[in-house]
Amino acid sequence: MELLCPAGSLPALKAAIDNGADAVYVGLKGDTNARRFAGLNLDYTQLKTAAHLTHQAGRKLHVAINTFVHPERFADWQAAVDDAVEAGADVLILADMAMLEYASRAWPETELHLSVQASATNLGTIEFYRKQYGVSRVVLPRVLSMAQVRALASKSTVPLEVFAFGSLCIMAEGRCYLSSYMTGESPNTSGACSPAAYVRWNDDGDVLESRLNGVLIDRFQPGERAGYPTLCKGRFDVEGSRYHVLEEPTSLNTLSLLPELYREGIRAVKIEGRQRSAAYVAEVTRVWRQAIDAVIANEQSFGVKAEWDSTLAHLSEGQQTTLGAYHRKWN
Amino acid sequence: MKLTVGPVAYYWPRAEMNAFYRDIADSEVDRVYLGETVCSKRSELNAADYLTLAQEFREAGKEVVLSTLTLLEAPGELKALRRFCEQREFLVEANDMAAVQFLSEQRLPFVVGSAINCYNPSTFVQLVNLGMVGWNIPVELSRDWLAALLADPVARAKRKETWVEVLGFGYLPLAYSARCFTARSVDRSKDDCRLVCLNYPGGRKVRSQDGSEVFTLNGIQTQSGQRYNLINDLAGMHGLVDAIRLCPEPDQTLNWITAFHDALNASPSETQYRRLPETDVNGYWHKLEGMRHVNE
Repeated sequence: MELLCPAGSLPALKAAIDNGADAVYVGLKGDTNARRFAGLNLDYTQLKTAAHLTHQAGRKLHVAINTFVHPERFADWQAAVDDAVEAGADVLILADMAMLEYASRAWPETELHLSVQASATNLGTIEFYRKQYGVSRVVLPRVLSMAQVRALASKSTVPLEVFAFGSLCIMAEGRCYLSSYMTGESPNTSGACSPAAYVRWNDDGDVLESRLNGVLIDRFQPGERAGYPTLCKGRFDVEGSRYHVLEEPTSLNTLSLLPELYREGIRAVKIEGRQRSAAYVAEVTRVWRQAIDAVIANEQSFGVKAEWDSTLAHLSEGQQTTLGAYHRKWN
Repeated sequence: MKLTVGPVAYYWPRAEMNAFYRDIADSEVDRVYLGETVCSKRSELNAADYLTLAQEFREAGKEVVLSTLTLLEAPGELKALRRFCEQREFLVEANDMAAVQFLSEQRLPFVVGSAINCYNPSTFVQLVNLGMVGWNIPVELSRDWLAALLADPVARAKRKETWVEVLGFGYLPLAYSARCFTARSVDRSKDDCRLVCLNYPGGRKVRSQDGSEVFTLNGIQTQSGQRYNLINDLAGMHGLVDAIRLCPEPDQTLNWITAFHDALNASPSETQYRRLPETDVNGYWHKLEGMRHVNE
């Protein structure tokens, strides 16, 4: 079982390698990947350095090119694929049929993984992408229960990767347009969800308001923790009840499921967070490395250590974590 | 330009479904999409009922497409999808790549639904080569995006092999989740939902704390808070779009079908424009955020 860690910068990549990641995934600057943040991601020169550092340490470099190609801009995504391969990427993480077709034809030797943004939740879809483009791994969306992951893992002809820790997308990835409905920018077309340019905070002394492109996402009383206004994690009203209508500000943490994921032959566990700091990547990677080593050593006796939980909780959104959809009751 | 009626996205009692479809049979609509696209627990009409309806519509002179589930997770859902894809009588709308897989491996023609990510000429051509004969564009695409896609020489060469359809009226399907938000809104889990969606024939409105409509909860689907309405934008669709889709609502759907029909068949002098209701939106089509209302 491989530990796949995020890096939005070279220091984060080094932190992941130093703390025991088996592979690191990065994105290129621009809108070809689903984590377009100011100051984040690598240019071509940095990508070459990233490939050098990962290979020197005997690890692998995955490059996410997982937004959808705009008409008239095919060349930009094509260049991203070519640059990634030429810089030395071991794996391309792709979502768009356009890029899968191009990469499988132009770079038949390069391993292709199906991005979570392609929303493959069942065997029929997995079969489609295997047959058409020869993908050698599928990243599952965070909408499946553990029982459903198990059922898929037992029959899938393609090895599976699951999200293990980090921000929790509660919608099937690649099929959520909530952000473009409110701001015009979606993960599919712009590589952004609830982008910071549209966020406004208004503090009138008593109440702190967060707005996204003018829409009130939440109000916080003094002393309340104010989270980033990701639109699916706001507090709204449904016929007189005010609550987190879609989801609480919380992070995914599947440490307790690790032995089961291991038994089902899940090929890789993925840590979310290319937008996070090197220090964050270091801490999360260190905990998951220890946990995976413990499971591999003896899955029967595996127990989640209190210090792992407290480290991860401290790093989590709202300092809360959840098993998300893996746990049937969440649904 | 054809007028179509999309599948009923909500969960309505059987009698109301049948009454609705009796009205549709007498309406100006050219094509009807039938089937459950949101939740496999909704069973007021089953697969056989939809096939019966499909036959009746065909006899009434309407085109029929069977529409399929969008988020497929359980093996049973995949099996049901496969059965739908194996019937040869009616065209099927694929809302997940699993359906594209099942239909293309049998070399059957199919329609691609808006939840399939077709954003560019390469994907468009690949889908046509797999058997796409009808394409419902992703809801977030603008007129400019669509025009640029179809103007590409690669896409142009295949343009005649498929119709292009745009969702022109209704609450937009914006997201799908493992979680059932309607069940959550009454403090139940999805497994214990007790078919609560039956109580909300138009979904449940979500408002911001200062009272504006934000979303509409429809089971595992999240819809837009505002109704999308392109009635003023039809003139710009000529030569680009072949069909306009209206999504069923608990009331007034028939009136809107007539309004769209009249707008499409009006003389140029009459089409100038009808007033878009103040609360309706059309931002996506104008390359803006979906929730914008443009009345130019």
